[in-house]
Amino acid sequence: MKFSLSWLKDHLDTTASVDEIARTLNAIGLEVEGIEDPALKLAGFRIARVLTAARHPDADKLQVLTVDAGADINGGAPLQVVCGAPNARAGLVGVLGLPGAVVPANGMALRKAAVRGVESSGMMCSTRELELGDDHDGIIELPEDAPIGTAFADWHGADPVFDIAITPNRPDCMGVHGIARDLAAAGLGMLRPIASAPVAGAFPCPVEIRTDDSEGCPAFYGRVISNVTNGPSPDWLQARLKSAGQRPISALVDITNYVMLTYGRPAHAYDLARLTGAVVARRAKDGEAVTALNGKDYLLDHTMTVIADDTGVHDIAGIMGGEHSGCSESTRNVLLEIAYFDPERIAATGRTLNLTSDARSRFERGVDPQFLDTGLELLTALVLEICGGEASGVVRAGAAPAGGKVVHYDPTLAGTLGGVAIPTARQRTILESLGFGVVASEGPAGEQWSVGVPGWRPDIDGAPDIVEEVIRIHGLDKIESVALPRADGVARPTATPAQKLERRLRRAAAARGSHEAVTWSFLPEAEAEPFADGPLWVLANPISEDMKVMRPSLLPGLLSAVRRNFDRGAAGLRLFEIGRRYLRGEAGASDERLSLAVILAGEKTPRSWAAGKSASFDAYDAKAEALALLAEAGAPVDNLQVMGEAGSQFHPGQSATLRLGPKNVLARFGMLHPALLRRFDIDGPVAVVELFLDAIPGKKGATTFARAHYAPPALQSVLRDFAFLVPAELPAGDLVRAVKGADKANIAVARLFDDFRGQGVPEGQKSLAVEVTLQPGEKSYGESDLKAIAEKVTAAAAKLGAVLRG
Amino acid sequence: MDYAAIGQEALSRIAGADGLEALEGLRVEFLGKQGSISALLKTLGGLSPEERQTVGPQIHALRESVSNALGDRKEALEGAALEARLAAERIDLSLPAPEAPRGSVHPIAQVMDELAEIFADLGFAVATGPEIEDDWHNFTALNMPESHPARAMHDTFYFPDRNAEGREMLLRTHTSPVQIRAMLECGAPLRVIAPGRVYRSDSDATHTPMFHQIEGLVIDKGIHLGHLKWTLETFLKAFFEREDIVLRLRPSYFPFTEPSVEVDVGYSLVNGKRVIGGAPDEANGGWMEVLGSGMVNRKVIAAAGLDPDEWQGFAFGTGVDRLAMLKYGMDDLRAFFDGDVRWLSHYGFSALDVPTLSGGVGTAA
Repeated sequence: MKFSLSWLKDHLDTTASVDEIARTLNAIGLEVEGIEDPALKLAGFRIARVLTAARHPDADKLQVLTVDAGADINGGAPLQVVCGAPNARAGLVGVLGLPGAVVPANGMALRKAAVRGVESSGMMCSTRELELGDDHDGIIELPEDAPIGTAFADWHGADPVFDIAITPNRPDCMGVHGIARDLAAAGLGMLRPIASAPVAGAFPCPVEIRTDDSEGCPAFYGRVISNVTNGPSPDWLQARLKSAGQRPISALVDITNYVMLTYGRPAHAYDLARLTGAVVARRAKDGEAVTALNGKDYLLDHTMTVIADDTGVHDIAGIMGGEHSGCSESTRNVLLEIAYFDPERIAATGRTLNLTSDARSRFERGVDPQFLDTGLELLTALVLEICGGEASGVVRAGAAPAGGKVVHYDPTLAGTLGGVAIPTARQRTILESLGFGVVASEGPAGEQWSVGVPGWRPDIDGAPDIVEEVIRIHGLDKIESVALPRADGVARPTATPAQKLERRLRRAAAARGSHEAVTWSFLPEAEAEPFADGPLWVLANPISEDMKVMRPSLLPGLLSAVRRNFDRGAAGLRLFEIGRRYLRGEAGASDERLSLAVILAGEKTPRSWAAGKSASFDAYDAKAEALALLAEAGAPVDNLQVMGEAGSQFHPGQSATLRLGPKNVLARFGMLHPALLRRFDIDGPVAVVELFLDAIPGKKGATTFARAHYAPPALQSVLRDFAFLVPAELPAGDLVRAVKGADKANIAVARLFDDFRGQGVPEGQKSLAVEVTLQPGEKSYGESDLKAIAEKVTAAAAKLGAVLRG
Repeated sequence: MDYAAIGQEALSRIAGADGLEALEGLRVEFLGKQGSISALLKTLGGLSPEERQTVGPQIHALRESVSNALGDRKEALEGAALEARLAAERIDLSLPAPEAPRGSVHPIAQVMDELAEIFADLGFAVATGPEIEDDWHNFTALNMPESHPARAMHDTFYFPDRNAEGREMLLRTHTSPVQIRAMLECGAPLRVIAPGRVYRSDSDATHTPMFHQIEGLVIDKGIHLGHLKWTLETFLKAFFEREDIVLRLRPSYFPFTEPSVEVDVGYSLVNGKRVIGGAPDEANGGWMEVLGSGMVNRKVIAAAGLDPDEWQGFAFGTGVDRLAMLKYGMDDLRAFFDGDVRWLSHYGFSALDVPTLSGGVGTAA
């Protein structure tokens, strides 16, 4: 909402400075987004008289002037100024820019300088140079009596413009008068009453006006003004509209806009010659269309209220008029419409049509239903004054919603909710100055108020709203900080197990050398698709095709990050992310699962003097990462099974899942499929881990801090090696598990240390060597004990087709 | 026999031995089973007791001195050999050692941990909710019915889907729906913060379609705006670790709070950058909007199943990314979501930078 200081002063009798007004606006909740003060732009330009004008000795088109710029300049002596304007002549009163002034049109800072060898102490300016118009044929010529030496801005009446943000609850401040009311309440001056007097009708309204849609348009008032002249509006009106950032169009249109911007009250003017028959507020018919004033065609439906005549729709009610019946220069008879439209209907229609307008933004927030008559009289008076003509009687179809809303308010709430106790007298003054009525009564709990809400405040519907009114005008800076009560002693822990797990894993992954990335939750469909495990969440209105689908996995986002890093020259990357995957849940809800993905791409170690060539990441690096992180997460890593089915995104022979039991997949890891990497435009192998945090079992039972009893074995453990020939396809892990389980009482650890194929090993087989740690209990092993254990190991291995090597 | 001469000769030969092998040869020659001094010892048996009295000690002394000399010489030779070996084992320690990769924690996660730490001390737990929300939780329950103009201001991402209750599915535009979920789930009294991802269909230099917010909610008896002001002051002082933080409350409007206040914090310009703290009304200072807040609207409390005549409280929200930028000096929000390892190495945090109250939650540059 933009308005000029002089406009504000039409409604507010004040001597406050621009700064004071701005500070107060901010303090009462009308946020100042900017102040444009033309006086600032025109600083250093003053009114000056040309005393003499002589030809420049070295340039045909230039003149050398002596200029009187006032007694305070150059000790009252004339200044010498070089000027190229053809109209520069002795006696002319114009505008002189002094050295130091900045020319508004081009940002040039003026300084004392020689022009073709003649010193010039400033510049005589054209209207274009001062951004006051387009004229650049010569310098500005002011009236003879313009006061020499005065700042041009003061004489010109430069009018500062405020730009303020109006929150959606304040339709009353979408007009200058409402802003003036708020400022007056805040003590910045006196609100000037609205001056409107009824204009008697000279003849009956010649058009039938009615509303057939009492829900959408409860009230439709109108009158005709005949024999008007619709030319350009007067300068003062044009200046007002321009200050508000509006383009003047014609007097009739400008008047409706002026009333809207001044009182927050939209209205519409129709060219009566373009209307046929009764003018009716009704629902649109499905498929009806109208060309609006913005030149666009809108297809309407039965949910929308319109103003129509016998021939069709002329106005999308409360949003935008139609092109066909709009006023033009040839308009002689005008129908003024001022109506009350249902805010929800306006909002819904505007949303459906995707059409915003100044009228819509006011109607959907709620205009004052009690302002129809006053608004119409203000419009009428302005039309008669500016366009001439004669007004008909007023037709009032329907009735606006009755006002008189009353809110019950306990004045102690200012303290108990607003945090600042304000004397009741002060509260009453504030409310009354905002237009509220206060009736106090003594209740059992002290003084109770019935607060009458003015029609222009549709936002007020409860006691907290009254608190807000009182404290915002009183001053939020008067609220003192009060400490929240706190529990005795040290603060109690609040983090949930899931939150602690996430924090722990994040720092574990970072400590192991990976950088945490945060990537977009949305993906291009083509990148999400290969990772989908069911129907994806696809946005109806994505910002772009690249951000359309909610990620079913963290890997695609990380892969894109890998590509970008490779493009920037990175050789090896360790990235991880902890975040949600978005799946489909029950009853149409989402199922958002926290997971952790690590991506290891490119070089694991660079070439070096010690190791020679660089090394790439492989699937075992991913496995190490997976197990380390699962261990940090408290998962029973010793009991996990390495199984297949990591997914089609992976290299089928170099990927696996880690499961607790056959179904519960805690993680998957391995090398990604080369075909997938090609889709992401990545060269070379990429190892990844995906941990499913929700699948990791939590600790059971109450938290205990004491560790289990420490009981190191009394006797030294014994190492024995076993080498087996096994079928080449047997997973080594199966053999190790079998060996470890062969004699649980004695075998503490079984560790695979050799996997050999080749010389001495038959085709189709491999040799696996396992180091077994035997832990004696009460007494040391004898030869026969060791032999018995070895036999159990051999027997257990034999079940997998393993043969002890001789 | 001239035992002294024999000794002299043996000792000089031992001293002249130039290696452990030669020395071993001498040990065998002198003290071995067939050795010359061993042979002398054997002669003692054939001597008369008187002769033994005189000769015995001389032979024993001879044996002892040769044995000691052998031992000393062996030690010397071994020492020299070790020294020679070590000299040969010299390596160039100016060569680079194996590099261990250095990882980092993202600034958003770090700041969220900092916030959780601060608010835990004030008795706030961390609450969460879905990012794919329904319009009831995101709007309606927060006093934004379907026709509410504020809905349009939210630049909402919608899904074509509806849930089983017929509610429109969307990406939450703020963390405020977590207020509703927390109240429904935990009742009152309640103190929670809710950090997380939020989405607006908006993209330019300072806006990204995804960003992070943190919501705070206190529901209790007798809570008023003074408590809100104290809480925000206390939090900002703890977060920025300075005492000279001043707040300015401005009336504003949010459908889910009444009264609503916007909170500005004072900053000062240091080397052209805005630094939170200092005197906002002095020449190089100013006010910056950092938080939206207010007293929870009665309709919101009722929508969340609590009695607004019994319970009241405040709520606030702010941008986590923005707090991170203000504290740690990043100036481009888009870089947060790029995964550029150069940026992550520069702005990321060590895994060991765990925020604590005793150490100050922040990590110094």
